[in-house]
Formats: sequence, C-alpha cells, structure tokens
Amino acid sequence: MHTQLEYAIEAAGLVKHFGRTRAVDGLDLQVRAGAVYGVLGPNGAGKTTAIRMLATLLQPDGGAARVLGHDIVTEADAVRSRVSMTGQFASVDEDLTGDENLVLLCRLLGYPRREAKARAGELLDAFGLADAASRQVKTYSGGMRRRIDIAASIVVTPELIFLDEPTTGLDPRSRKQVWEIVRALVAEGTSVLLTTQYLDEADQLADRIAVIDHGKVIAEGTSSQLKASVGSGALHLRLLDPAQRLEAERVLLRALGTPIRLEGDPAALSARVADAQRVAHALTELSNAGVAVADFALGQPSLDEVFLALTGRPAEDQTDDDAPADATTEEVAA
Amino acid sequence: MTATTIPQPVAQEAVRTALSTSARPARPSGLSTSLTFWWRAMLKIKHVPEQLFDVTAFPIMFLLMFTYLFGGALAGSTGAYLQEVLPGILVMTVTWITMYTGLTLNRDIAKGVHDRFRSLPIWRPSTLVGPLLADGVRYTMASAVILGLGLVLGFRPGAGAAGVAAALGLLLVFSFSLSWIWTLVGLLMRSDNAVFAVSNMVMFPLTFVSNVFVAPDTLPSWLEAFVKVNPITILVSAIRGLMHGQPVGGEIGVVFAISAALVAVFGPLTMRVYRNKA
Ligand SMILES: Nc1ncnc2c1ncn2[C@@H]1O[C@H](COP(=O)(O)OP(=O)(O)OP(=O)(O)O)[C@@H](O)[C@H]1O
Ligand SMILES: [Mg+2]
Repeated sequence: MHTQLEYAIEAAGLVKHFGRTRAVDGLDLQVRAGAVYGVLGPNGAGKTTAIRMLATLLQPDGGAARVLGHDIVTEADAVRSRVSMTGQFASVDEDLTGDENLVLLCRLLGYPRREAKARAGELLDAFGLADAASRQVKTYSGGMRRRIDIAASIVVTPELIFLDEPTTGLDPRSRKQVWEIVRALVAEGTSVLLTTQYLDEADQLADRIAVIDHGKVIAEGTSSQLKASVGSGALHLRLLDPAQRLEAERVLLRALGTPIRLEGDPAALSARVADAQRVAHALTELSNAGVAVADFALGQPSLDEVFLALTGRPAEDQTDDDAPADATTEEVAA
Repeated sequence: MTATTIPQPVAQEAVRTALSTSARPARPSGLSTSLTFWWRAMLKIKHVPEQLFDVTAFPIMFLLMFTYLFGGALAGSTGAYLQEVLPGILVMTVTWITMYTGLTLNRDIAKGVHDRFRSLPIWRPSTLVGPLLADGVRYTMASAVILGLGLVLGFRPGAGAAGVAAALGLLLVFSFSLSWIWTLVGLLMRSDNAVFAVSNMVMFPLTFVSNVFVAPDTLPSWLEAFVKVNPITILVSAIRGLMHGQPVGGEIGVVFAISAALVAVFGPLTMRVYRNKA
C-alpha cells in the first residue's frame, strides 16, 4: 500500500520565527523513504519546531516542504492522513486511562465502537501495557508513558512517523524497548524521523543523521561519515598510580597522535581517538612502558564533542530564556 | 546488531503484528468526531469530578446569596422577588460558567495533547465543538440545581414545565454561542490566570449592569441606556417571559440573532487562531 516514493521528506529553506527568536532558520532536509532519519541537536536547536512544521501543526514563515509527496501547507490534510507524530511532551491525555486514550484515537480515526475497543486491546497487549490498561496515564512510569505515546501514533499504520526525543529521560532498559519499537516500525515499512540529543542513539537507529544548530543543518551524513569528521570517540583512562600520569601522557601522545587531556582526577586522562584500532596499540605501549592502568573506557563522542568538532564551541542550551548570547550569529535589533 | 538477552516486555514480533493488521477505516464525519470529543470531556468529568463544583455549589451560593441579600432590600419580600430574580440568576450563573470553557481549553492545550489532535485527519473544529457540547451538559446541571432549589424556595413559573423547557433551550443556545468568545480567549492568552482575568473583566459588567437584579427604569439614564442594549438584559427578559408566559417574541428573535452573530464571528476567528497555534 505504500507508494514508491524516493523521499519521505524534502524540505528546503524552512523558516519559523517566534518574535525575534529564529527557531528554524533555513532548514534543508532530505529524508529517504523506508529508513530512520535522526535529527541531532542540543536544547533549543529547533528540532521540535521543525517537526511541528513538517507534521502541519505550524505554518512555516518561509521555505517549503513536501512530506510523502504532499506540500505541508497546501495539502496539509493529505499529509495528516498519512503521517503521525509523537510529541516531545504529553501526547496522550493524562487524566484518561491507557485504554480510554487508545479507544479515543481509534474512534477519531474512524473505527466503529466495537472495533475501536478491540484495536485498543491489541495495541495495549503488543506494547506490554495490558496490565495498566485501566489506570490513568498520569500513574504510568516514564517508559510506559513513551510506549503508550507511540502506541497512540500507530493506531493506523502511518507511512511516516515523527518521534520527538522518544527516549529523553528514560532509563537504559526503557530506551532499548523504544529502540526495538522503532526497528519494528521500519521493518514494516514505515519511515521514521526522530530527534535526539544522543549521538549513540542516532548511531544505533538512524541510517542518516542531520546535526542542527540554531535552526540550521550544520552536518549531514551517515553516522560513520559524521564520526569520521568528529573522531570516533574518546578514550578515558585511570591509572593505578597518579605519579605515572606524565609518563602515560607521553606514551599516549606518541601512540595516538591526538591531544591528551589531563582530567581533574589526578589519576585520569582522556584522549580523542580518530581510530579505535589504535587504542589497543596505545594500551600495549602503556604496559610496555610499565604504566599500570586501573581501568579504561572507550566512549562514543558525546553531543558536546560532536558540537565542539563541528562548530568549535560546546553545545550550549539555545533556548531563548537562558541562552548565553552568541554574538557571532544574530542580534540585529538591539 | 544489538542482540539483547534480557527478556523484553515489548516483543518486536507483537509490535510488528499489531502494525500489519491495521487497515485504515473510512474517515469519520465531523459530527462523529465532535461526539467523540464530547465523550472525552465526559470521561474527564468521570475522572476529575471536582470539575462539577462550579455547576453545583456555585449556583446554590448565587441563588441564596442574591435572593436573601438583595431580595428583602429591593422588592420588600423575597417571595415576590424570587419570581423576578430567579430567571435572572439562572442566566447569570450559566453565562458566568461559560467562561470555564476558555480556562479548560487553555489548560488542556498547555498540556500538549492538542498537538496530537491537530495532527489527525479530522474535521478540525470538532476538537473545540465537542467540549462545547459537553459544556451543554454542565449548563443543564447548573440550571437544574437552580430550578430545583428555586422551586423549594417558592419559585412558581407561570408558563409551567413547557415554558421552563423553552427558556432552558434558549439559554443553552446563547451559552453555546457565547462560549466561542472564551475559546478564543483561551487560545490567545498565555496562562489560565490571564484567561480568568479577561473573562471576569467581560462578565462582571455584562451580568451586573443588566436587569438581573433591578428594573432598568430605576437607574440613571446613561446607565439605563447601557443596560437596555446589554445582550444579557435582552436574554433575561426573554427567559423571564418564557417562564412566566409573557409575550417576548421580539427578545427571542434578538437573542437568536446575537447567538448567530457570535458563532459567525468568533467561530472562524477561533479556528484561525487554533490552526496556527504555536
Ligand atoms: N511557541 C513558542 N513561542 C516562542 N518561542 C518558541 C516557541 N517554541 C519554541 N520557541 C523557541 O524556539 C527555539 C527552538 O525551540 P525548539 O523547541 O524547536 O527546540 P528543540 O530543539 O526542540 O529543543 P529541546 O531539545 O529543548 O526540545 C527556542 O529558542 C525556543 O525557546
Ligand atoms: Mg524539542
């Protein structure tokens, strides 16, 4: 039943202002159908605003976009009947029970009363919420909340689903569950656009990633392309004996060829690594030099590190109420 | 890629099955979706029954307070005064509680669930029409409380049950139409407190500077002029007339005209704001 479209989303130069805040400032996106696309950005980068425009909830102030081949302004209704969206915040009614919420949506989407009841039951079962069906949603845990949010979005299978920060604030187990759901969606042919603040999430799920900053795409590509430009991560080391730290720094500098950072902890150091292969080599060199390592970890670059690499500054919170004024970008009117 | 060994309450298989079995049903009518939103409002009353406080305790307080506080002073005897003032208090109470429409909408939107409703392929006004219909239930409850207590206190409508029913019908039509102002206010204001302040600012003069408590011809002429054109005055005259069997065809016509005008102006305006609500 899915039309053979190459792109699920094509956006060009989307703009949205709120007063003097340029929440989205010339956003270009091309999202291939049938895949997961990740939009990565810090607080206030404009992720939610962009999604709300694409889901026809907000009219853009400039630019244009087609979603599943339909213009988001002139063919908003056609878009609405083929996509669904799970907002960042409450996207179901907290006062109602899980079951009532799903029946409500089934009815709104045209299910007759009895079928609505059956469909709601089916979804509650599939999402492991059958036991909580008759409890008000406000009593749900964060993970359950997210599951009912997503269940509510797939009452009828959408061709494209927007997930706005689906795992923010969830524990690792609940995050994995949401990931599994996303994978199931894609396996059934739904295209997914999700926003996130975690590079590892985008890495795990997304076929392509756009990094956005101040309402613009500042980098785009597959996760390996992105990491190639950022470095694949950081090596964190703790030594048994802090006195050996300078020696360790010297060895690592030679083995890795990247700047070494001395951490606040006198026994700890860290280094950006461009290539994970060299880490093994570096660790061998350390042991050859007689430096005893208490523990080490190889982490993915954080959003901060991605930002630092791409923009030369850390990913500051960009929400207007507490944004540290970034003099280089705007401030036209004073 | 990530083979998890922990048993998952959310099985991929189950989710995939739940997805593939769903075929999209036919698009429901605007009436059907409005009724579904009406049902939602009813469910909310079921889960949060405190909401009914303003349609039960509030009318009782109004009726007792104004009958006994002003009744003796203004008309000499509360019994005679009640016949005149009860229809007025009924109008005042019901039109007053229409402003909860705006408050409720404002709070509802602040929670975010309207984003989901607005992203559905449905007749958009149904999101607002449904709650307005549900408010009809609240207005009816408030009216029943006032009439019930009024009967106990000695209110005797001359036109009997039929007259009272006609009066209630007219009052519901007007209240439904008036509510569109509050949905607009509820959408425009940033907080529920602001909604409350604006609604009060409109409702205080409208209800108090009317013929609810006093006959307009006892007032200074500039005030009388305002009272006479006040829609609430015209509505009160119509309701009184219907309940006591006096001829008020002209007033009824005016009330319908005002109601139609309110919906015609505020309906589209509200929808415009709702569509572009950030
Ligand atoms: N309705 C609104 N009115 C005024 N300003 C807004 C509104 N919505 C968003 N903004 C502003 O627009 C900017 C982008 O916000 P947006 O919510 O799109 O960011 P985000 O990337 O989703 O952030 P987060 O990660 O915190 O969810 C912020 O500065 C925000 O304060
Ligand atoms: Mg957001």
